[in-house]
Amino acid sequence: MGADIETFYDVIRRQGVTRRSFVKFCSLTATSLGLGSMGASTIAHALETKPRVPVIWLHGLECTCCSESFIRSAHPLVKDVVLSMISLDYDDTIMAAAGHQAEAILAETKAKYKGRYILAVEGNPPLNEDGMYCIVGGQPFVEKLKWMAADAAAIIAWGTCASWGCVQAARPNPTRATPIDGVIKDKPIIKVPGCPPIAEVMTAVVTYVITFGHLPELDRQGRPKMFYSQRIHDKCYRRAHFDAGQFVEAWDDEGARKGYCLYKMGCRGPTTYNACSTVRWNNGVSYPIQSGHPCIGCAEDNFWDKGPFYSRLTNIKQFGIEKNADTVGMAAAGVVGAAVVAHAAVTAAKRVARGRNGNGSSNDKQTG
Amino acid sequence: MPEAASLIAADAVGTDSEAACGVVYVYEAPVRFWHWINALAILVLGVTGYFIGRGIPTMPGEASANFLFGYIRFAHFAAGYILTVGFLLRIYWAFVGKPHAAQIFYVPVWRKSWWSEVWQEILWYAFVVKRPKKYVGHNPLAQLVMFVMYTLITVFMIVTGFALYSQGEGSDSWQHKLFGWVFAIWPDSQDVRTWHHLGLWVIVVFAIIHIYSSIREDIASRQTIVSTMISGERIFRDDQRD
Repeated sequence: MGADIETFYDVIRRQGVTRRSFVKFCSLTATSLGLGSMGASTIAHALETKPRVPVIWLHGLECTCCSESFIRSAHPLVKDVVLSMISLDYDDTIMAAAGHQAEAILAETKAKYKGRYILAVEGNPPLNEDGMYCIVGGQPFVEKLKWMAADAAAIIAWGTCASWGCVQAARPNPTRATPIDGVIKDKPIIKVPGCPPIAEVMTAVVTYVITFGHLPELDRQGRPKMFYSQRIHDKCYRRAHFDAGQFVEAWDDEGARKGYCLYKMGCRGPTTYNACSTVRWNNGVSYPIQSGHPCIGCAEDNFWDKGPFYSRLTNIKQFGIEKNADTVGMAAAGVVGAAVVAHAAVTAAKRVARGRNGNGSSNDKQTG
Repeated sequence: MPEAASLIAADAVGTDSEAACGVVYVYEAPVRFWHWINALAILVLGVTGYFIGRGIPTMPGEASANFLFGYIRFAHFAAGYILTVGFLLRIYWAFVGKPHAAQIFYVPVWRKSWWSEVWQEILWYAFVVKRPKKYVGHNPLAQLVMFVMYTLITVFMIVTGFALYSQGEGSDSWQHKLFGWVFAIWPDSQDVRTWHHLGLWVIVVFAIIHIYSSIREDIASRQTIVSTMISGERIFRDDQRD
């Protein structure tokens, strides 16, 4: 099974590790995991026989920022992921093959590793006009996606495009761009949202899947819990200023200089599930809030339509532009308040005009 | 009124007009107690909720010396719990209390007479009808508004409120297990925040209408309204059938 794909053992040996070191590694790992006397040989056997997992990486409507993020992974280095951990059989933006040669790989992988390959999807398919808004290799992307998904073991939906829809699905969504789970219903889908997702989150998800042979635990939304179970707000280093009530009120004010909470500048940290405030970006250097800019919630559903980015309250489109819950609510309360005052005035005027008993309780009052 | 006691026996919500004379004990102590506790909780929730939605003016000094926003949020959550527990007890009381205690939890849309009486009340408020009907409990229009703008909205606010609260408590919390399904409807919780914030304004509008109509009815209708929620007794100003 999969004999012509390199096993992990092959990879380890190719990188210059001796057989002796390999066996020592297996023993040490088995010991430290407390696996018992047969553990070492079980691990060695698994590494010697388990082939690298074939991964097909498709690109639909997207901007390639997910790939750009992925190739910057530092822990693990992306070269280790691509060259040693997985067998990246197809990725049209970075592969050497082109044209018919490239497309032939899809059919080959689909047939050869039926039900065993991972389908990683960057971007999403547009459904309007039979998918004609996104043609890859002479075929609508939505058809290619369905075709490749049919025999995949699992699907990784890279980024907000594949997970939620992102910018191409923003109102009015002319091409009817649809996230992966809107098209593929019968396969396990793991959503890794973010625009782009954090590099280390991407490689960690791949690492997890190939190490354990199954998907990590997912939340209700289909995101891996290990990276998306807490909000940016929950681990934000500016959280103390939030609880204290110390906010940036303008971009150049004292609060901005002191690094106060960006809540009032529209920070979406309290509504955004991602690992930015713990894993951070660019090899752990920083993340948007750390550099003084509020989170725009790029890992959340429909975040482009939750504008303005720099306002705490979201505009409610149904009431026209630039109207948020407070303006709508205050207007409603104002109208009702004015109506009540007018109604009270009419009631009072009528009572004055008709006398105290003229309201209908007739002329014989019992409890006077 | 001596005949009041016997009238209470006949006091079913559907036959209000027969019972509506003299003094009728309509709101038992738990209902009244709940009403005022609930009103207070809503006041706290509304004010703190408004500030949570918008943020507060920046506090001076070190972060370690301040916890104002934390206290505001605590007050909001505490009042939310009081409102929720109160609401659950109120539902219990709808079953064991007098029939009128159940009025805010349903609208008898199946009863034709109820619809015509809603219309009657609308005409009364439009100054067309000169003489209002008498009711032991809520008049049909009040019941309708109470059901839609209070009961349904309160359920909505409790559900969305606990869903948002569960974000801080974490996905392992009972709040998330019980109310996390809200995020299946709105995957981005910013939407839930927007709706929860709009709910605040519905309640503000309800409060304006509720307070105004209570006072107006107390003055202009044929029975007491405001004092009834204090003493529990509805006093009718005339003994005429209609």
